[in-house]
Amino acid sequence: MKASATTEAQESLRLSDILARHETELLSQWIDEQMSASTLRRDLMKESELREQSEQFLSLLRQATRSENLKDTTRPEWEGVREFLIDLSGSRAAQGFTPSETATFIFSLRAPLTELLQRADAPPASVRAATVLLDKLGLFTFEGYQKSREAVISRQQQEMLELSTPVVRLFEGIVALPLIGTLDSARTQVVMENLLERIVETGAEIAIIDITGVPTVDTLVAQHLLKAVAAARLMGADCIISGIRPQIAQTIIHLGVDLQNVTTKANLADALRLALQKLGLTVGRKSEK
Amino acid sequence: MERIPILKMGDFLLVTIQVDMHDQMALALQDDLTERIVRTGARGVLIDISSLEIVDSFIGRMLGVIAGMSRVLDAETVVVGMQPSVAITLVELGLALTGVRTALNVEKGMKLLRAATGLADETNHAGERE
Repeated sequence: MKASATTEAQESLRLSDILARHETELLSQWIDEQMSASTLRRDLMKESELREQSEQFLSLLRQATRSENLKDTTRPEWEGVREFLIDLSGSRAAQGFTPSETATFIFSLRAPLTELLQRADAPPASVRAATVLLDKLGLFTFEGYQKSREAVISRQQQEMLELSTPVVRLFEGIVALPLIGTLDSARTQVVMENLLERIVETGAEIAIIDITGVPTVDTLVAQHLLKAVAAARLMGADCIISGIRPQIAQTIIHLGVDLQNVTTKANLADALRLALQKLGLTVGRKSEK
Repeated sequence: MERIPILKMGDFLLVTIQVDMHDQMALALQDDLTERIVRTGARGVLIDISSLEIVDSFIGRMLGVIAGMSRVLDAETVVVGMQPSVAITLVELGLALTGVRTALNVEKGMKLLRAATGLADETNHAGERE
């Protein structure tokens, strides 16, 4: 165990030594390699930027290899390298690079580094250690890429949730909630909360839920709708469901969903007319007066 | 023990729940309210729960039960000012309180009570509409 630890330490020392001595040479070879790779995106990135990033990475790598530990890249000495790679893959993902184009950054270092080690008469074990290390770092770029993509997706989901549930005031005492898109549990929750809060804010007595933009209504969606209606009623507001398309009316009845206790209207105009009527208001043409 | 005050306003009884109600309080309210309705011959009961922020299934059920009892004693009951979070909780618990009248605030609740009991007064506009 002790022996292997010492060899590992020697290897890493050796690697950092080689890196330090041949840094400029390695850098230029590496950049050549990257420039000639088929995955290079000249349209997305300038050569100067690439050079800068490569330089920065090599110096971070040199510092990390000085730590006498090549195997475990989760250790604090590798923190700088890890952060750099995650930042790099994140920014590349945002720029529009594909995952393999992003990973080429690390993997194209392998050939020049192996060559360099072999020329310096490094033992095969040390070459292998360096290759394994580069593989690990390459995987790291994948992870960083994936993470930044996931962050984008979850942010967009959040934005969609917020954008897709506006509660509009139609008239004094009447609010409408035009629903667009499929209703799932999470969205219904947001929709319901928004609606109820707006009812309190505006003191509306009637809420119209318009489902013209809801593509399909299954039992679950219907149940969600009924829940929203029940909650609004508990607060003292009447609900009207409008915008029921023919197919949806058919589905609702075939599914056996009980909408008996809910006022339903075919379109928003009818719902508004009913709401005005319930509030004792009339709307008419001026000339007819 | 803490009790929830019941105020008399003309033919109506006013119950304002200002604290988070616990089980004993709900039971006491049930006793007090039924007794007061019988004693005063009230025609309507308004329960304001705008300050109630936490409900469980028991309190939710009690609200329904109290409203039901008042109705049996010939007093229209209206529950007003339910918070959105309370409404969502009750619906999720499966307590939709069907058969209980609700209103957004005390003002609208009183209007509803007057209309329901047919008792006209100076602020009642129901007569004008007809």
